[in-house]
Amino acid sequence: MDTRSRIQDLIPKLVLGPSFLIVLIFVYGFIIYTGVLSFTDSKMLPSFGFVGLENYRKLWALPHWWRAITNLGIFASLYIIICTVIGLGLAILLDQKIRIEGFLRPIYLYPMALSFIVTGVAWKWFLDPGIGLENTMHQWGWTSFAFNWIKDSKMAIYTVVIAAVWQSSGFVMAMFLAGLRGVDNEIIKAAQIDGASTAMIYRRIIIPLMRPVFLSAFVVLAHLAIKAYDLVIALTGGGPGQATELPATFMYSYTFTRNSMGIGASSAIIMLITIFAIIIPYLYSEVRGGSK
Amino acid sequence: MNKLMNTVAAAAMLLGTATMARAAENVEVLHWWTSGGEATALEVLKKDLEKKGITWSDMPVAGGGGTEAMTVLRARVTGGNPPTAVQALGFDITDWAKQGVLANLDDVASKEKWADVIPGALQNFSKYDGHWIAAPVNVHSTNWMWINKAALDKAGGKEPKNWDELIALLDNFKKQGITPIAHGGQPWQDATIFDAVVLSLGNDFYKAAFIDLDPKALGGAKMKEAFDRMTKLRSYVDSNFSGRDWNLASTMVIEGKAGVQFMGDWAKGEFVKAKKEPGKDFVCMRFPGTQGSVTFNSDQFLFFKKSEAEHKSQLVMASSIESPTFQSAFNVVKGSAPARTDVSDAAFDACGKKAIKDLAEANKAGTLYGSMAHGYAVPAAIKNAIYDVVTREFNGELTSDAAVKELVSAVDAAK
Repeated sequence: MDTRSRIQDLIPKLVLGPSFLIVLIFVYGFIIYTGVLSFTDSKMLPSFGFVGLENYRKLWALPHWWRAITNLGIFASLYIIICTVIGLGLAILLDQKIRIEGFLRPIYLYPMALSFIVTGVAWKWFLDPGIGLENTMHQWGWTSFAFNWIKDSKMAIYTVVIAAVWQSSGFVMAMFLAGLRGVDNEIIKAAQIDGASTAMIYRRIIIPLMRPVFLSAFVVLAHLAIKAYDLVIALTGGGPGQATELPATFMYSYTFTRNSMGIGASSAIIMLITIFAIIIPYLYSEVRGGSK
Repeated sequence: MNKLMNTVAAAAMLLGTATMARAAENVEVLHWWTSGGEATALEVLKKDLEKKGITWSDMPVAGGGGTEAMTVLRARVTGGNPPTAVQALGFDITDWAKQGVLANLDDVASKEKWADVIPGALQNFSKYDGHWIAAPVNVHSTNWMWINKAALDKAGGKEPKNWDELIALLDNFKKQGITPIAHGGQPWQDATIFDAVVLSLGNDFYKAAFIDLDPKALGGAKMKEAFDRMTKLRSYVDSNFSGRDWNLASTMVIEGKAGVQFMGDWAKGEFVKAKKEPGKDFVCMRFPGTQGSVTFNSDQFLFFKKSEAEHKSQLVMASSIESPTFQSAFNVVKGSAPARTDVSDAAFDACGKKAIKDLAEANKAGTLYGSMAHGYAVPAAIKNAIYDVVTREFNGELTSDAAVKELVSAVDAAK
């Protein structure tokens, strides 16, 4: 091997080295650090008196944490299902070779360009009974109109779902649209020759072919749901009461404002495990699919 | 190569002089006084220090209650570069002192005899292990109510002296067609009312429940009564209260859309800013049944251990903070009472004079208690555990019976 090819071999390693190292320390290093902290008696600052599983025991005894977990269950399932249904529906409608598709597509996609903070603030104003939709309806003369979910502790979590769905369904639509464009026209034509109706073709052929897109959409949406923080902070601040508290807001408040870093770290680890439980089977199926 | 060496050397020298200059005559101050009135008040201190040759690097972190500021501080201290001086509250001060990172202020404190003029209840926080580690700036108190004068006059003009009179007044406000209570549904605001309600059931009860954390008081019949009163008060807020900021609630009282607000005396700043006069446009009085007692919340400045030269400027700053002129000038603007009991009340308005008088009386009578809602009664973890229960009960998620049980177990779990 001559010097030149040796250098050529070396360059990619040199270039990737620093970022690899940085990721290793600042992502995986700190994951381990958080894991260690979750077994310690850390309060305001990290400390290293080990207490075993004490923090986890305390965490699961907190009604506050159960509230966050229950909310996550409601939020994540509705968010994923509604986003997928709306995304697929919009993609199928846009796929009908309509004339102004190039104009419509970005309109649906644009909410994704906003940060969750902007979405949260906009929806907060829109849903606020004093200044938003309800107030406008009253001014227009429909005085019996009432829509105060955001102030109702039983319904507030659903307003988070509404705002999040508004933000993400366009993105899911784009994923499905790409998938639909990838379907082989020959198959559809063959089905048409056999006399299948359009509805039948979608139900029996195209949607089953979308299986990998469903999987990707699920993984993307699921991790967005688990780490949802900024949207809740901007929209409701976790309130009314604790009605919209999610694990991410719980983790922040216990770690940084309640001086219970140990419990905060253990909740972060639980969230990490949940994400792993979703991502690892996905990666596994991807890798296996690739090697086939 | 030579050139490179020169550059490095020059840079090092530059860096060296920069740090030396900083060390000699600069204080970096972390605080959350960002609203107009507060910033003006702080300007007084800045000017005073500049006269003494100390420059001021401002490091404001917005966010009421200082939650965000404390997060920034933690990052700075963990990173090994704490600011020179930091605004802090209650048990946060004690928590930092326990870490052993705070500078000792004994030199200036003994010279200026702080111990004689600062109320003992405050000293419990300003001193740790017998040494002064913080300089208190002011004393806010939380058991106040702010009534719209016009609405009160319409209701007969009589200030409510007990719980029943308060309820009668609120009913009257309702009849007038205004929102009886201006309130913002945020945990700390719910807890601020809870402070006053618990205190109105007796000084001993407040002390047993929030200072001593006696499970008998926390889980007793009186605590159920307190929660029942919260439920009653909740029936007087408007339907749109949740999440509202406290200053917007004050505005409702100022504009006559609401009758009364239960809030600490920083609310007065909002009334004064709107050109309202105490006694003429609004009435300030203690929560019914709590006249004579004060639940306090005191802003203090902490100083972190730094180099010898910086420690000198820290002492100068601490001395400026405790000077009577600053205490008066600052607190007139801020709405609070001075942290020293010997400051003249001449410059203060009627509410300020009352605050100073009440504070002195409570200090003498031993009825000056730390506010639970503002971190002066219990450490942050317990405070937030209490917040959780109070907020859930206030929002109708818990009955008062369940709340009492929950309170005992939540406090126990957070200890």
